[in-house]
Amino acid sequence: MPMNENNEFKPLIVAFCCNWCSYAGADLAGSSRLTYPENVKIIRVPCSGRVNPMFILRAFERGADGVIICGCHPGDCHYSTGNYYARRRMALLFSMLEYMGIENGRTRVEWCSAAEGAKFSKTMNEFCEKIASLGENVRLGDLRCKN
Amino acid sequence: MQELKNRLIQLISDGTVARVIGWKKGDMPYNPEPACFSTVEELEDFVYDGFCGANLSKMMIEVANLEGKTAVCLKPCDTYSFNQLIREHRVNRENAYIIGVGCRGKLDIEKARKAGIKGIEAIEGVGIEGEGDVTFKTIYGDKAMAYSELLLDRCHVCKGKDHMVYDEVIGESKDTADSDRFDDVKKIEAMSSAEKFAYFQNELSKCIRCNACRNVCPACSCRKCVFDNTKFDSQQRANVDSFEEKMFHIIRAFHVAGRCTDCGECSRVCPQGIPLHLFNRKFIKDIDDFYGEFQAGKDPEAQSPLTDFTFEDLEPKQAVGRGEN
Repeated sequence: MPMNENNEFKPLIVAFCCNWCSYAGADLAGSSRLTYPENVKIIRVPCSGRVNPMFILRAFERGADGVIICGCHPGDCHYSTGNYYARRRMALLFSMLEYMGIENGRTRVEWCSAAEGAKFSKTMNEFCEKIASLGENVRLGDLRCKN
Repeated sequence: MQELKNRLIQLISDGTVARVIGWKKGDMPYNPEPACFSTVEELEDFVYDGFCGANLSKMMIEVANLEGKTAVCLKPCDTYSFNQLIREHRVNRENAYIIGVGCRGKLDIEKARKAGIKGIEAIEGVGIEGEGDVTFKTIYGDKAMAYSELLLDRCHVCKGKDHMVYDEVIGESKDTADSDRFDDVKKIEAMSSAEKFAYFQNELSKCIRCNACRNVCPACSCRKCVFDNTKFDSQQRANVDSFEEKMFHIIRAFHVAGRCTDCGECSRVCPQGIPLHLFNRKFIKDIDDFYGEFQAGKDPEAQSPLTDFTFEDLEPKQAVGRGEN
């Protein structure tokens, strides 16, 4: 389990950020000197609609403790409708993960525009705290154990 | 059954159809197998009884481009799958001659085994016209069980006995539904997170990755499946990486979400008895709750909920924790 210098759990977080809004939002957060935890690993995607539910499961399998998907606000998608499809898919996936007994809150969707650097930083800080309180992701890794 | 068999013989001999997809006698009285018949002589082995649970609609993909028409026997629930395949342009409606066959529920031999019946030599009372109990002639003597006690779980939550698509209907149907199909899902939803996890971990740990659920599923008909390996030869078969291993069932359920007609074949064929339909039904229940009631395969023109949206759809965070408020 990765720990920080104070011997506290340091979660690994994967953020899928849409190129047109939240990725630029992260940039703005940086240039405005707003901080967000360094254990958030950003993966740039062309649109939140590009995020296949398998990406999220794969991230967990590879050791992520939380996954957050950031896209344009509904109505503002660069490709007009991509985030609407993403919204349906993620609603169903999150509900399924809950149904299988994965803790609520390990996954999240946040709409964050290119102008919302402050929101990006705040969201990431909040999400990081939430995951730190949930602890390491064990369940999704152990869904099938040979016993 | 004789009426159905005669009609099939007639269809083949007068050249209306080039082949028939149906069931033939298996090596035991309780395991008839799907088969393709192209001559009258072959049809001698045709059988249709309570153990013909297999959904034949997926076989129609293979014959979609063959010359001549293909007759296929579809039970009411199978016609939903066929409609869904029409929607996905995988089968050719013009090339198909659909015989809607009557159904009074299909049987599960495991139920008889659980009741201690073994050494079965013959079974009586499983015909589609029959009434009353099923009699097992075993090497230990005769044993009787009620037809309804032997039904597959899926038949207790039957969608209805109307054929969604057909050219003709042969045989009577009898309603078997006696419970709500979301009861099992609701039971799991009511558990605590730790209980849910323990339940699914226990069930999924039984999986031997035989792929039977994928191979039988009419919705799992992609030409190239994500679970097929790109490597050559024998490597292709021994392909379980840990990701597939752990996530197979979530991924498969998600791939068929919005397209699954809830035919229940996945659970029927699972050699380990994993209740795989619980995943599909959860998606169906959520789709009904979030986006309005939708039954895949009811209308071949209907838009699938996952390739559609409205501006007012609920947010993913509203989809979880509903039980807690």
